[in-house]
Amino acid sequence: MAVSDHDVVLGLEVHAQLLTRSKIFCGCSTAFGAEPNAHVCPVCLGLPGVLPSLNRRVVEMAVRTGLALGCSVRPRSVWARKNYFYPDLPKGYQISQYELPICEGGGLDITVGGAEKRVRLTRIHMEEDAGKNVHGLAADGSSGVDLNRAGVPLLEIVSEPDLRSVDEAVEYLKELRRLLVWLGVNDGNLEEGSFRCDANVSVKPRGAEKLGQRCEIKNMNSFRFLRQAVDYEVRRQVEIVEAGGRVEQETRLFDPDRGETRAMRSKEDAHDYRYFPEPDLPPVRVEEAFVEEQRRALPELPQARERRYVRELSLPAADAALLTAERQVADYFEEVLARHGRTPEAAKRAANWMNGEVARLANESGLAPPSWKLRPEGLAELLGLVAAGTVGGPGAKQALEEAFRTGAAPAAVVQEKGLAQVSDQGAIEAAVDAVLARSPGEVERYRAGNKKLMGFFVGQVMKEMKGKGNPAVVNALLQKRLEG
Amino acid sequence: MSASILELDLRALSGALAAREVSSREATAAALERIRATDGQVGAFLRVTAEQARAAAAAADERAARGARLSPLDGVPLAVKDIFLTEGVETTAGSRILEGYLPPYDAAVVERLRAAGAVLLGKLNMDEFAMGSSNENSAYGPCRNPWDLARTPGGSSGGSAAALAARQAWGTLGTDTGGSIREPAAFCGVVGLKPTYGRVSRYGVIAFASSLDQPGPLARTVADTALLLQAVAGHDERDMTSSARPVDDYLAGLEGGARGLRIGVPREWLAGGLDAGVEVRVREALRRYERMGATLVEVSLPHSRYGIAAYYLIAPAEASSNLARYDGVRFGLRAPARGLREMYQQTRARGFGAEPKRRIMLGTYALSAGYYDAYYLRAQKVRTLVRRDFDEAFTRCDVVAGPVAPTVAFRLGEKVEDPLQMYLADVFTITANLAALPGLSVPCGLHPEQGLPVGLQLVGRPFDEATLLRAARALEREQGPLPPPPGVA
Amino acid sequence: MLSLEEVRRIAALARLELSPAEETLFAGQLSAILDYVKQLEALDVSGVEPMTHALAAGDAPPLRADEVRPGLPADRALAAAPARAGTSFQVPRIIE
Ligand SMILES: [Mg+2]
Ligand SMILES: [Zn+2]
Repeated sequence: MAVSDHDVVLGLEVHAQLLTRSKIFCGCSTAFGAEPNAHVCPVCLGLPGVLPSLNRRVVEMAVRTGLALGCSVRPRSVWARKNYFYPDLPKGYQISQYELPICEGGGLDITVGGAEKRVRLTRIHMEEDAGKNVHGLAADGSSGVDLNRAGVPLLEIVSEPDLRSVDEAVEYLKELRRLLVWLGVNDGNLEEGSFRCDANVSVKPRGAEKLGQRCEIKNMNSFRFLRQAVDYEVRRQVEIVEAGGRVEQETRLFDPDRGETRAMRSKEDAHDYRYFPEPDLPPVRVEEAFVEEQRRALPELPQARERRYVRELSLPAADAALLTAERQVADYFEEVLARHGRTPEAAKRAANWMNGEVARLANESGLAPPSWKLRPEGLAELLGLVAAGTVGGPGAKQALEEAFRTGAAPAAVVQEKGLAQVSDQGAIEAAVDAVLARSPGEVERYRAGNKKLMGFFVGQVMKEMKGKGNPAVVNALLQKRLEG
Repeated sequence: MSASILELDLRALSGALAAREVSSREATAAALERIRATDGQVGAFLRVTAEQARAAAAAADERAARGARLSPLDGVPLAVKDIFLTEGVETTAGSRILEGYLPPYDAAVVERLRAAGAVLLGKLNMDEFAMGSSNENSAYGPCRNPWDLARTPGGSSGGSAAALAARQAWGTLGTDTGGSIREPAAFCGVVGLKPTYGRVSRYGVIAFASSLDQPGPLARTVADTALLLQAVAGHDERDMTSSARPVDDYLAGLEGGARGLRIGVPREWLAGGLDAGVEVRVREALRRYERMGATLVEVSLPHSRYGIAAYYLIAPAEASSNLARYDGVRFGLRAPARGLREMYQQTRARGFGAEPKRRIMLGTYALSAGYYDAYYLRAQKVRTLVRRDFDEAFTRCDVVAGPVAPTVAFRLGEKVEDPLQMYLADVFTITANLAALPGLSVPCGLHPEQGLPVGLQLVGRPFDEATLLRAARALEREQGPLPPPPGVA
Repeated sequence: MLSLEEVRRIAALARLELSPAEETLFAGQLSAILDYVKQLEALDVSGVEPMTHALAAGDAPPLRADEVRPGLPADRALAAAPARAGTSFQVPRIIE
């Protein structure tokens, strides 16, 4: 047997840092990138005598996320202590949720290879992040501990083992990440670790009912590492099974330098975290009215918006996906539509420009939509000029670039720079005549059957008109003269 | 002058300070001198902060001169158990593992005392991490009972009670997890109040068992106790288990007497196991109440006999987790070691005394895989039953009364060999912690043969400290003060 | 009776280095306490809610607003550290 004779069974645990201003149980800043231990206080240092004070915003964000994922929200959820010793865990326990998490159930739809699939969720719970150990701090090999991240709020989102390939796992993560960023609860940054994932991996003979023993893999901070780690782990487990061995349940660390996973020594107490209800925090009570308030505050979700663009605006799926990759872009697009119109033709025009020139300029500038100087009304104005034939492709591009850079009104740019296209019959006729008059050889060959020369004539006329001739009118007139 | 200042109770001293008949500097100097003269024998203080106390007293006198006293406690010398964090002042909780530790912040109650203008004399002796009933588990040596220096002052707030009996301070703060304020108060012949769980902030109090711990006042009189409670009670945003309920005026109804009060006497508390002399004094106190116009009602607390068993699962389980932060990484003791694991194990082995180790072991076992349901969870369910007993009793009475401890103060060394026997000293007090109810200890005379103080315990409805204080005051007025303790001159 | 092996397992979990004498002492004392608490088994607690939180539900205070408050400057945060390197707490080598 080989890897291909086995089913891969994957479940993912995502840890997403919540975009609050202060930490979950104290008033320290959650800002990333400061000097070690610049954002600490007695509470997040775990000094004697301190107590946790829960940040209300964390509960709001947890409920909002749960609702967006179709979970049920518990009216009463309970904090628990997860006990283990590690230098980055100041109190010797992590405050988390265990038996009664804030959200349960729900799921997320993903599409892989054209097939849609629902990945069920087990639960979502709130917890505090640990600090950071810095290895090899000094020559003696000692380590450093930075507690800036200790106490940053996390949502842990746990999926059922519904994923059957690493492609599905990557798609699930991308979809989840899009949703969390869309909701404004997470920044989606894998490299900085604000969106992290652990994978539970097991294998079983193809078609078998019973799941194999699983291993938990940690430390994959990119989609590429996730692929490498899972592929490695699947091969490792298949080899063990084929050699007649048994996979040990353990926590394994992915080593990106070697592309391997290995057992974590620091997790030797993992089978006995001695969970018990956190006595320092009353249970979280979520009233029905609060849930409704959060539900009302939910924006249209990315998948719904994407589907609507295909259904209502008749946009191609690829366009809809690009437009809904980020909420700010999608909302910008909505505002353009509101001014330019929602007919399939108008929508397609708006989508082409958004995904084309605007995306290119945005990329170059590195700015997010709220900071673009070109506002949606400006883009809509330009699209109106394009639709009316007032400005042609090249002129519109030039106007867009100027408007994007300076924030000037596109109509004014078109006027000022003389970018409007000429549709006047007389002016175009004069140019056509001039071109035909100085190209007798080409005219001859065209009439003899070399129709490809049409491109040459159009180019010459446009050049004659400094690019401002209305291409449709130019084409029609050339046709008439050459064929007539 | 100074001897007579020491005989004033807190309220009287406060009045004298307000009238500027006495200065805070004089009171503070008298207290410091008394500590110097007696504490070699008593051992109530782990640390005396004389310089800071004198400075605070001078500031209080300056305010008094301007007619700008901050509160009735302004200028009054007090002391707190070494479990309360004090900014820049060594705080050890009676443990080697925190030797030399200088906290960067004040406990919420310390903050409140300072804001009230109180003068803090220093930090009081205690059982290590509040684990004990005799103060013998202090890593810095035992504290002794001013009534008889061969006996314990009780624990864990032994220093808090002994300092009062020895006239070293006018009021103190302690903490009570299973009786740690009430038992020493009874043993030393002073008043001690464990408030309702959530009435006083635990922020800055070194945690022992989080769902049971509660800070509270000890003083020589009931009124003094009320004054101190008034200063420290109330919601604190940093402690989510502190209640947002408004705080009653504890002095307003204090002299209301016992007429019409229904006093519940649990049948189980006056059954077997109680020292005969203690029982005599407790029954006598109950008769006094009747004479004052109260009604005695027999009630039953059938689950209170399970209290100790439940407590000795819950408290060690929570303690095993609370004491995990003493790991040698960020503060406190660190033992030299080759690797990380060795550093943890050696640091904790050297830093903790026998009792914390015992309870960490017991708690870790009770929570560890496979035992949680049978031990911790079951004990928390028993707690619900204990509370239900009280709720039922309070449908028929206003307070529950009985003994504080089964005996008077026992001899140093008498129970150290047998932890279980030591635990049984808390049999009457532990139920109020389990049920989260307020409990108070008020002196009710001296043991007929041994001549040592006996305490009467009053337990009240949640947040009804006012009724407890009124009832205690009625008894105190009726029976008059105890003679001064003979142990210290 | 708690076995010495079990005492050692618990001590390892709690990161306590026990001497052989302590292991024996604790095995005996913990067994006695566990025997004593066995009496709880006599109680029928089925259907009883555990009182894991001592503050009644109605007394729970409102939650904290999401506002940044000044913490400790690194020097004060590290003032009590047994060992430090720069503004980090220093610990013996960690093996993951
Ligand atoms: Mg987690
Ligand atoms: Zn903090």
